[in-house]
Amino acid sequence: MMDDDFVTLTDSQKRARRSRSVAIGLALFALVVVFYVATIAKFGPAILDRPM
Amino acid sequence: MALVNKSALDNAGMRMSEATAGDFLELLKPRVMSLVVFTAFVGMVAAPVTLNPILAIISILAIAIGAGASGALNMWYDADIDAVMSRTRGRPIPSGRVQPGEALVFGLVLSALSVMTLGVLVNWLAASLLAFTIFFYAVIYSMWLKRSTPQNIVIGGAAGAFPPVIGWAAVTGSVSIESVVLFLIIFLWTPPHFWALALFKSGDYGRVGIPMMPNVAGSLSTRRQMFVYAVLTAACGVAPWLLGYTTMGYGMIAGGLGLGFVYYAWKVLQMPDSDQVMKPAKSLFAYSLLYLFGIFAAYLADAVAHRAFVMSGAFI
Repeated sequence: MMDDDFVTLTDSQKRARRSRSVAIGLALFALVVVFYVATIAKFGPAILDRPM
Repeated sequence: MALVNKSALDNAGMRMSEATAGDFLELLKPRVMSLVVFTAFVGMVAAPVTLNPILAIISILAIAIGAGASGALNMWYDADIDAVMSRTRGRPIPSGRVQPGEALVFGLVLSALSVMTLGVLVNWLAASLLAFTIFFYAVIYSMWLKRSTPQNIVIGGAAGAFPPVIGWAAVTGSVSIESVVLFLIIFLWTPPHFWALALFKSGDYGRVGIPMMPNVAGSLSTRRQMFVYAVLTAACGVAPWLLGYTTMGYGMIAGGLGLGFVYYAWKVLQMPDSDQVMKPAKSLFAYSLLYLFGIFAAYLADAVAHRAFVMSGAFI
């Protein structure tokens, strides 16, 4: 397939996509932190103390 | 280069988005969200028991995201009238920065995420109240009441009044009279607050056919109703003291703020029909924000002082 068949993003579209990507990355990372910390807060440190 | 077939873009009406993260943040109505966070926080602190601080922060975060999600759904549904009204035409959807479909998906995903997070990590009563609030604001208010009755913001005001009840429920797992009083303060405060805006923006609402009270019942009837609601709000504002939930210090502050609210509503009532500038209405709108913040700040200070007093007593 030739390059002409694909869209070339404008500078503003690239900037907007980068801005959205950073925000999505930060939001997903925050979600991981929230659930990790909340799990320990809810169940206590004992949740990490499991027999191997 | 993007891996998107150009013919698909041309044929299906698709476009590459130019929406930034800031545009999506704007969909969440951050100013409304800040009031929601504050009142929910007061509901949490005023509760007689405490919650793990980490879970408390997560609760506030979930309530804020849920409130923001309902704002995004509201902007998605109201994009047609937002485009016409001067106050709202710069919003992300009418200005073309965000596509309606993007806002809809954004609102739905955040709604589900906030409710599930609150339910799984805190409790399901708070989560179901948050879900009901989002439903009430997006469906009952935005889709139904707003365009069909002049009582739209009276009934719809319940959506904005729920956050302290959700905050209280997050901590206690129940709904009590104390949290219902906080609900009533915001519920009764909403009509004079919104109708003050509707008075000096009646042209905007008239152009888009929204049946706000000044457009349907006229200016005088609206101003009379605003005064009645302001008196009821002021009375409800001191109720926590009269019912023994707070100290006299709160009662004095709430009484003073309430008198101010009634005074500004009285000035609006005295405003002549021919007044085009409507300075009293603008003053009432500004004061109403100060009133709500002041009442909840006083309630918060009272609850914190009471807790500090109890704790110091425990160590004596």
